[in-house]
Amino acid sequence: MTVDTVTRAGETPDEEQPWRELGLRAEEYARIREILGRRPTTAELAMYSVMWSEHCSYKSSKVHLRTFGDLPKSEALLVGMGENAGVVDVGDGYAVTFKVESHNHPSYVEPYQGAATGVGGIVRDILTMGARPVAVMDSLRFGRADAPDTARVLPGVVAGVGGYGNCLGLPNIGGEILFDDCYLGNPLVNALCVGVMKHSDVRLAKAEGVGNKVVLFGARTGGDGIGGVSVLASETFDADGPAKRPSVQVGDPFTEKLLIEACLEIFAADLVTGIQDLGGAGLSCATSELAAAGSGGMRIDLETVPLRDSTLTAAEILMSESQERMCAIVEPAKVEEFLAVCAKWDVLATVIGEVTDGDRLLIDWHGERIVDVPPRTVAHDGPVYERPYSRPADLDALQADLPPVESTDLRADWLAVVGSPDGCDKSWVTEQYDRYVQGNTVLAQPEDAGLVRIDETSNRGIALALDGNARFARLDPYTGAQLNLAEAYRNVAVSGAVPLAVTNCLNFGSPEEPEVMWQFAEAVRGLADGCRALGLPVTGGNVSLYNQTGDVPINPTPVIGVLGVHADVRTRVGGGWRAAGETLLLLGDTRPEFGGSAWASVVHGHLGGLPPQLDLDAERALAELLAGLAADGAVTSAHDLSDGGLAQALTESALRYGVGATVRVEGDPTAALFAESVARAVVTTTDAAAVRAAAEAAGVPVTELGTTGGDALVVEGLVELPLTELRTTWTRTLPDLFGHPEDAVGAVPTGAVPTS
Amino acid sequence: MRIGVVTFPGSLDDVDAARAVRLAGGEVVPLWHADAELPAVDAVVLPGGFSYGDYLRAGAIAARQPLMRAVVDRAHAGMPVLGICNGFQVLCEAGLLPGALTRNSHLHFRNRDQALRVERADTAWTSSYAQGQTITVPVKNGEGRYVAADADLDRIEGEGRVVVRYAGGNPNGSSRDIAGVTSADGRVVGLMPHPEHAVEELTGPSVDGLGFFTSVLQGALSA
Repeated sequence: MTVDTVTRAGETPDEEQPWRELGLRAEEYARIREILGRRPTTAELAMYSVMWSEHCSYKSSKVHLRTFGDLPKSEALLVGMGENAGVVDVGDGYAVTFKVESHNHPSYVEPYQGAATGVGGIVRDILTMGARPVAVMDSLRFGRADAPDTARVLPGVVAGVGGYGNCLGLPNIGGEILFDDCYLGNPLVNALCVGVMKHSDVRLAKAEGVGNKVVLFGARTGGDGIGGVSVLASETFDADGPAKRPSVQVGDPFTEKLLIEACLEIFAADLVTGIQDLGGAGLSCATSELAAAGSGGMRIDLETVPLRDSTLTAAEILMSESQERMCAIVEPAKVEEFLAVCAKWDVLATVIGEVTDGDRLLIDWHGERIVDVPPRTVAHDGPVYERPYSRPADLDALQADLPPVESTDLRADWLAVVGSPDGCDKSWVTEQYDRYVQGNTVLAQPEDAGLVRIDETSNRGIALALDGNARFARLDPYTGAQLNLAEAYRNVAVSGAVPLAVTNCLNFGSPEEPEVMWQFAEAVRGLADGCRALGLPVTGGNVSLYNQTGDVPINPTPVIGVLGVHADVRTRVGGGWRAAGETLLLLGDTRPEFGGSAWASVVHGHLGGLPPQLDLDAERALAELLAGLAADGAVTSAHDLSDGGLAQALTESALRYGVGATVRVEGDPTAALFAESVARAVVTTTDAAAVRAAAEAAGVPVTELGTTGGDALVVEGLVELPLTELRTTWTRTLPDLFGHPEDAVGAVPTGAVPTS
Repeated sequence: MRIGVVTFPGSLDDVDAARAVRLAGGEVVPLWHADAELPAVDAVVLPGGFSYGDYLRAGAIAARQPLMRAVVDRAHAGMPVLGICNGFQVLCEAGLLPGALTRNSHLHFRNRDQALRVERADTAWTSSYAQGQTITVPVKNGEGRYVAADADLDRIEGEGRVVVRYAGGNPNGSSRDIAGVTSADGRVVGLMPHPEHAVEELTGPSVDGLGFFTSVLQGALSA
């Protein structure tokens, strides 16, 4: 077979090339020819096609995402957007890096491996920054819970998230799982990882130092995931299209665990000058990004790459997304020691090239030059589109379609909301995740936020929450994104932590649809404005577009992650009531707001009107109050009010430890129980006067709800729900749908691999 | 007292086991699977995790590593050994404990806070407990279903080799609710639940797990 060399490409300018099949558009192919002054070689075309994909180049979203860079400088931000993940100062010399990434399309095609490698990819991003990964979270969306395809996708995704994270020894400390028809053909799998390091340990992805070696280490390169970012992640699913399973990667968490330990030992011994993980776009991405970030060029001998499949072509090697691989830049004098650490951990490591003094990325294949490109043109100079956008034509009608405001049966509605797939107990899912490993998990699901200790002596810790209400974002993406930010911020605050920084995973339909593009632009604008108002930096994020089947996009789903810092995790506040006789206080104001609410959705199948009114000043006041109450030990529990309103929050707090309560509500009972007004939380205390005084000083409205105790939730004169009945309703939903774990089943779920 | 904690490739709860030893008052000696010599230690903990990715069978490859030969020899001479979760699987594969751990009956990984009944309070690792005491520690496994032939189960029961039994629900389909077993001399103990995750109020469901580690320390003091 003839190798398509640079020389040959110059001699055969008119040779037909499969740019369209690789996901490129005509004008993009023309641009590549213009950059190179000739047609690209097969290998070059492969590199450009994956790196200029929507997934890697953010070509549709870039013009909007720049808004985040305009936010006021935050003193906490050590490394901002653009690197693999942002880095935040959390005090005492510690730095934290955290990021969410989507693996939506692969998880639909192959639920177990798609979800598993989603976790693997985000963990490597965090590791690449020099940090030890300390926890993961996941935000999942599925189609209607009783839809047949949900029964195919959900068990595999959950087993994949668990199988990979558990085997890496990373506690899963929380997340969300929600259902809606719009995700039936486009489930969302967003995985978050957080890592901790000392300030001095931060690593960057760049190739510096002429003569330094390029070392590829980790798994061998195989034929899995070829073109995953371009063909799979950056196009809309088409019912008639070819099967896309070969584009899904297959993960091996054991290899990744060894890679983590080897990397941390390599970092500790200061053996690398730059490092990059191989994720989307594989070696094309790692080599071009490392070279583009450095001051020189790079030369690679591609035939030295260890292969799983010896029949792979050069282009396939460059495009492969085989998992568990990293690329490091190592000084020649340190190569031997570097290889020794890898050998200790049974990690394969190979010198594949070196940093040069030119400004080109050169790749040879058995002595013949197959790539000769300016690396920046591959990594950073991809196309940027100012896609047209327009407000959805149906939005006025949707916003004018006001939700019902009055419950005809409070008791039935209460049970319906807490027993709905969105409101019910998620143990079926979370019991498949290890929350204890590493021994630093202070709070995990079902708490509002996950909280991990990062220093066993000082008891410093970090809190994290992920929230992404898509109903609000559908009704008003600008406000919806801010409401999600507000909820994650509040969830971190109820644990007693101080919110510090924001990440995001923006899941939308096709950017080629102006109405989707408008939703995206509005959500980004909203998130930026929200962060400005709360004084929080955006440290990075991920955009997932093309989440639509045919011409039906998903509801806009901006999933927002907030990181908080806890000076002393021993003062953390949980959400469950532990004792009788404590006073229940509601912090914040309640208004009859039902647009996009769980109650309107579950009871009336209604989505319309406007989402609750945003009040970031009130959120800030509430958060500061909660941090103070936690530090003073003034409250015994705190739970935020969000989806399902007060009814949902009371149910969860009561069922946690089996302690009931008797409460009184004033005014409209439907609003009191089911409205989703923002900036609210319920706390319990043994010193109501102290909490009242603090709330008044903070300008936070406070209402006494009642007292904990008994074996029922009683709303005087309105509803009485024995905890046994409530528990049955709350806990049976997912097991009824996806199997009672106690029943031994005969078949291994499709796509599942044995795990222990 | 020096307690070794072994790290195999894929061990995960080695840091947790080491923390538990420290909190109980012991000195931790990190041990590496590839070393042939066992340094001077008074006891050894094989931690939880996925050694060798559970490839072949959980614990099978780890049980054949150089250090394990030395551990087996010393165990035969009476050195206390505790295997937790994957460590229990390794002990069964190494032939130090009877039975085997197989895929959970429901095929799911399961992590929950689990009540256990202490059946033997006279082994090297359980002397801090009272016989019949109920303790709560996390359980988390996908291949934790304890099995053995019926005749072997009768013998194991008859010889009083069951150390802890699941109470209030069996999380994985283990035969006769067996959560952990011991060697004939009561020096080697293996269990699927994780006592090292229940040693601090802050991070565990209880501090009930600490007793495993204080037991071996007190045993050494009184010996």
